[in-house]
Amino acid sequence: MGIFEAILLSVITASTPLVIAACGELIAERSGVLNLGVEGMMVMGAVIAFMATTATGSPYIGVLAGIAGGAVFSLLFGFLTLTLVANQVATGLALTILGIGVSGMLGEAYVGQPGIKLQPIDIPLLADIPVIGPLLFKQDLIFYLSVVLVVGINWFLFRSRAGLKLRAVGDSHSSAHALGVSVIRTRYLAVMFGGACAGLAGAQLSLVYTPQWVENMTAGRGWIALALVVFASWRPWRVVAGGYLFGAVSISQLHAQAFGIGIPSQFLSALPYAATIIVLVLISRNRRTTLINTPASLGKSFVPDR
Amino acid sequence: MKKLLLALAATTAVLGFAAGASAADKAKICFVYVGSKTDGGWTQAHDLGRQELEKALSDKIETQFLENVPEGPDAERAIERLARSGCGLIYTTSFGFMDATVKVAAKFPDVKFEHATGYKNAPNVATYNSRFYEGRYIQGVIAAKMSAKGEAGYIASFPIPEVVQGINSFLIGARSINPDFKIKVVWANTWFDPGKEADAAKALIDQGVDILTQHTDTTAPMQVAAERGIKAFGQASDMIAAGPQTQLTAIKDTWGPYYIKRTQLFLDGKWETASSWDGLKDGILQMAPYTNMPDDVKKLAEETEAKIKSGELKPFTGPLKKQDGSEWLKAGESADDGTLLGLNFYVEGVDDKLPQ
Repeated sequence: MGIFEAILLSVITASTPLVIAACGELIAERSGVLNLGVEGMMVMGAVIAFMATTATGSPYIGVLAGIAGGAVFSLLFGFLTLTLVANQVATGLALTILGIGVSGMLGEAYVGQPGIKLQPIDIPLLADIPVIGPLLFKQDLIFYLSVVLVVGINWFLFRSRAGLKLRAVGDSHSSAHALGVSVIRTRYLAVMFGGACAGLAGAQLSLVYTPQWVENMTAGRGWIALALVVFASWRPWRVVAGGYLFGAVSISQLHAQAFGIGIPSQFLSALPYAATIIVLVLISRNRRTTLINTPASLGKSFVPDR
Repeated sequence: MKKLLLALAATTAVLGFAAGASAADKAKICFVYVGSKTDGGWTQAHDLGRQELEKALSDKIETQFLENVPEGPDAERAIERLARSGCGLIYTTSFGFMDATVKVAAKFPDVKFEHATGYKNAPNVATYNSRFYEGRYIQGVIAAKMSAKGEAGYIASFPIPEVVQGINSFLIGARSINPDFKIKVVWANTWFDPGKEADAAKALIDQGVDILTQHTDTTAPMQVAAERGIKAFGQASDMIAAGPQTQLTAIKDTWGPYYIKRTQLFLDGKWETASSWDGLKDGILQMAPYTNMPDDVKKLAEETEAKIKSGELKPFTGPLKKQDGSEWLKAGESADDGTLLGLNFYVEGVDDKLPQ
């Protein structure tokens, strides 16, 4: 395996959790809900996936548990903001704080325990293609799920009736309500989908990326996913581009340092953030399409007026 | 979150005091941690020290700690609360607590303070530190013996003197065996991010190093090394669980004996301010068992350790040149502690540009 492939493999591992969590948040935001709790849901997914894997010995059960854990945890956010109409920004921040605290408590006994890694699955025939095979078809389940997820939500949002309703709810909840769409139900489902994705992203961290549990192991990845959604102007393919660009620059700067190119490391460390923002802002620079894509009801609470 | 935790912790601290004061007139010894006590590295090592202390002097003292205290203004509040709640001696265990400790100490002249890894003293503020670089020298010696390529990967955190000492000492140790030994340095610019540390480890291994050492806090690099089948060194705590076939040795911070010694002085009324910078010989720094290496390397490592303990070998002893080729230390001359504590340059042979 050449150095180029090695770099790409690292990039895929680093980018996958960002893309998954961002896709989930994208759906939630498209329905008009701004959930700043991605980091908290992700870290909950990570700890629950790790605990379930340790308990059962099967990382696949861990993946399922991570997804379920993230979804259930997001219900708390849903209840507070959708049913009790609490402020979304404040509740989301609280969810992050709570998630980091609770996961630290749940995981205390698991710190330092060796984890079980989710092993790659070779896809017959495709895995034998030179270069592309080892990169794309000898991956773990979560990577394959991320591909399905991106294609799936793109189809759902822009090609399905349910997706149209979801976007309608996000753009003008009053109009959607008047047309008979259940705003609250749609938003609950979207929030739970976001939670499930964040949980899956967390499971990737504790089962694939670094198969172990340490407190606060997400280390800010939830916030990066959140930023990706906004800078990608709520378009799934741009989220993917942004996520992979971020991963690519992050990994390349480490290689550049190891190679000894003599550029200050602080600058290189900041590069992934700078590069991703600049590129996404440039591709989203058309004001009109950005406005069309921005969910107009984003962050606004909905109270049905009978 | 940290503020919330802190508020909770502070409430518990106050409640704990109310309960403790009526129970007995034991002296209260307090600790402030920057991280979680189960972080597997730095803070865990301090907490093990606290537990040792409590065990050793259980009839005379009780201990208390605040976890996850952020460096900065919050630290000052946390330390002040402890001082107010009746702690007689307070250990603040992170470099970033330095100014906060000194400030609070000025307000509470009757309370004694001990600050880890800093350099600001006062009549009631002592400082303590460990010569981690002595362990790095031994690692370098082992690396030079074990590496077929003659090149090690070094995952660094931030360009502070403690980390620069480690890189230099590692290379000096390695070059004492193999004068052509090289290291590749990658700055993760974080103490704690398992993913990023793992990425740095992968990058170094992909570029051909066959031995890895780290100055960051999680076991992620050890895990990557294990997966790729190369050898690695642990940091702050024994990381053998993350790489039973991988870890050669680890630097183990062992604060317990120091805490017991200083607390005993405090109990006897003989506590005075001091700047302590102990190393292997005092036991404040220990090496995890030498594993996964041939017997002759193990023997050499043990001999090196013994020489450092006896004072026969000092890692920073000339002839040494700075990275730019200018002379630093003449033959036989050893660097003084002042220079080491402010070390901000590489020795000759480090293939990296030190971030300033």
